[in-house]
Amino acid sequence: MRVLTLVLCCGLWGAFSAVQGAAPAPYSAVTAERLTHPEPGNWLMYRRTYDSWGYSPLKQIDTTNVAQLKPLWSFSTGVEEGHQAPPIVNDGVMFITTPRDQVLALDARSGELLWRYRRELPADLFQLHPTNRGVALYGDRVYIATVDAFLVALDARSGALIWQKPVENYLAGYYMTMAPLVVDGKIMVGVSGGEFGIRGFIQAFDASSGESLWKTYTVPGPGEAGHDSWPGETWKRGGVPVWLTGSYDPETKLAYWGTGNAGPWMGDQRAGDNLYATSVIAVDVATGQIRAHHQYHWNDSWDWDEVAAPLLIDLPRHGRTIKSLVHAGRDGYLWVLERSAKDIRFVAGTPYVKQNVFTKLDPESGRPTYDPTKVPRSGSRAEFCPSLWGGKDWPPTAYNPDTGYLYIPANENLCSAFTGEKAKYRRGELYMGVPFAKIEVLPTPAAREHIGELQAWDMKTGKHVWTTKFKSHNWGPVLTTGGGLVFAGGTNDRYFRAFDANNGKILWQQRTNSGVVGVPTSYSVDGKQYVAVQSGWGVDAQRKQDFLDQAFGTHTQVPQGGVLWIFGLPEASQEHRP
Amino acid sequence: MSDHTPSCGEEQERCACAPRRRLLRVALATALGAGLATHAARAATDDPSKLPAATGDELAFASWEDDPRSLTPADVVLNAAPLSVYPRDPNSGVTRENARLNQILLLRLDPATMDDATRARAVDGILAYSAICTHAACAVSEWQADQRQLICPCHSSAYDPAKGAARVSGPTPRPLPALPIKQVGDTLVIAGPFSGALGAPAT
Repeated sequence: MRVLTLVLCCGLWGAFSAVQGAAPAPYSAVTAERLTHPEPGNWLMYRRTYDSWGYSPLKQIDTTNVAQLKPLWSFSTGVEEGHQAPPIVNDGVMFITTPRDQVLALDARSGELLWRYRRELPADLFQLHPTNRGVALYGDRVYIATVDAFLVALDARSGALIWQKPVENYLAGYYMTMAPLVVDGKIMVGVSGGEFGIRGFIQAFDASSGESLWKTYTVPGPGEAGHDSWPGETWKRGGVPVWLTGSYDPETKLAYWGTGNAGPWMGDQRAGDNLYATSVIAVDVATGQIRAHHQYHWNDSWDWDEVAAPLLIDLPRHGRTIKSLVHAGRDGYLWVLERSAKDIRFVAGTPYVKQNVFTKLDPESGRPTYDPTKVPRSGSRAEFCPSLWGGKDWPPTAYNPDTGYLYIPANENLCSAFTGEKAKYRRGELYMGVPFAKIEVLPTPAAREHIGELQAWDMKTGKHVWTTKFKSHNWGPVLTTGGGLVFAGGTNDRYFRAFDANNGKILWQQRTNSGVVGVPTSYSVDGKQYVAVQSGWGVDAQRKQDFLDQAFGTHTQVPQGGVLWIFGLPEASQEHRP
Repeated sequence: MSDHTPSCGEEQERCACAPRRRLLRVALATALGAGLATHAARAATDDPSKLPAATGDELAFASWEDDPRSLTPADVVLNAAPLSVYPRDPNSGVTRENARLNQILLLRLDPATMDDATRARAVDGILAYSAICTHAACAVSEWQADQRQLICPCHSSAYDPAKGAARVSGPTPRPLPALPIKQVGDTLVIAGPFSGALGAPAT
């Protein structure tokens, strides 16, 4: 810290030259206790808390004053493509990541750049999903999982590289985009690559040494439970990536991870349930053992990854409180499950967008029955709703304990069609079983009126409460706060918005440089509350836009290039607040 | 945030900072250089399977293909989807398959459909191009058979292989680099360097 302070006060380097007495406080080490019980003003991990609520208890900014919210400072990353990472804040020090795995540390109050880590990526790397979803913090280190499949530890004070550990081979289609999950000194990551014939896994590393502690495949090998759900050799290239941060229950010491699609996409090329694809798995953090699982839908053929981690919420059901797992599925169903140390039980499944594939759910197990005409197969075409990007894709939902509502960034009125073909494996190349040209996005007539939605569901009753509609599709991760607010962007008109958490009314909006596909966060420094988000359109938001423009004959321009935005109340309007 | 370090006034800066500049420079170099050296070890390789294509290399199927071997002109079928191949050192027998930029598309078209420059490069209708899209470095892995176009699945850039793999549509800024080839006996051999830089600039 002393060196950093010197750097700041002397201002010899151009990036620091504007500093005038804005030296940050010494860096606060991140402990297991702080991760479990973060201070209200901090946002220490991807969804702030292990239960993945995406909720900040801060309430200086509320429904009565949010209309006065103003941009306070911004920072241009100089990078194109999808800026999805949350601004993660530890006692006044902010960390963001960008596509191509840059990590930037900034003074969370003044916006001064403290340091920037630029990763030298291999010259022959390509990225189907050029993004990164943020850092993990532990001790005085910052961890990032990289697109060339390394886990990297940096010094939180200087950005200096401490170690980097190869997780897998990017040439074989493995890459990483998630923010790591940190529990009890273990850094856990999962791998992307479900379109490339990988075999997915979650791996834990020692936070100090970087030593591998355990590695658990999401596709069981010979002799392991679930292996018989894969015919022949298909398990070797079965996909099942894990590309979003898991949730964690400190009571049972189980981490709950969502899993992605099986590969190739066409289910008839791997007949069987294909465990643990499109599931939630409960992983013992100490050993990596899979203790329980629930498969949302079996033998996926729609590219409906269910990688978003379930939210851990205590819910009243039938006169008792259940420890639930809540997941708004890409398959268009809102799932409620009950978790325990030994199993995961189905509670309820309700479609939250039009879904025409499931004809019924088994009332005991929740296992869906499919309309066979809606199941794409090799050599034939099938239409299905929702589209391949589902009722919602990766952008996280949020849960507000004050309203008891779950907020879902949904997409309605879109269907898709696939025409399958036999997939041919070539290392590191697409292994989907659907030629790109045979992926269709089919807007329904109502899609001309609206596609994007922000939905609120009362989790106490399991009932839908309100929906705010957008003409644009919606790729906006959701933040909710103790001020009775919901924040999200996600539309192609570049707006970032605040909604009334009770009724969905838009109370404030700010047009930004690009489309907002970043995870918003809220934090406080010296008693002042801030809302932070990166605006930087790209990845599948742009890909979907291209499909929609083709379908509608439109030419939507969403400019690219990432900018971090920081919002707060003008000084006058916050003074009278408690 | 209670333990703020007081800001440097001008007096402090003069007295306190000057003697410590060397230390400061080290700190800055550490911060700035943190990411720059990370892949130096990987980049500087003498692994022959990662070296770039060289004149005289044969063209071969990679080890993960059903039948990994050097190809013959007969493998390249008129108007069929391109073959995905890699350079192979004929002396060591090493296929240079561990660098994506080495991936080559090989296809055979009717010379009558080609422009003059492309026809001049063709070997009995066989053409070779870099398989790596010049937009975002994805593999150009799809074949539009009706219009005989090479399609990149990442952002839908389309190239016309009969016209030097020039852009037909999509965001790509430039053609796929062409690779001169010749027939030696019953093998296809690289006859010179690619016509342009491989891959895409980092953004």
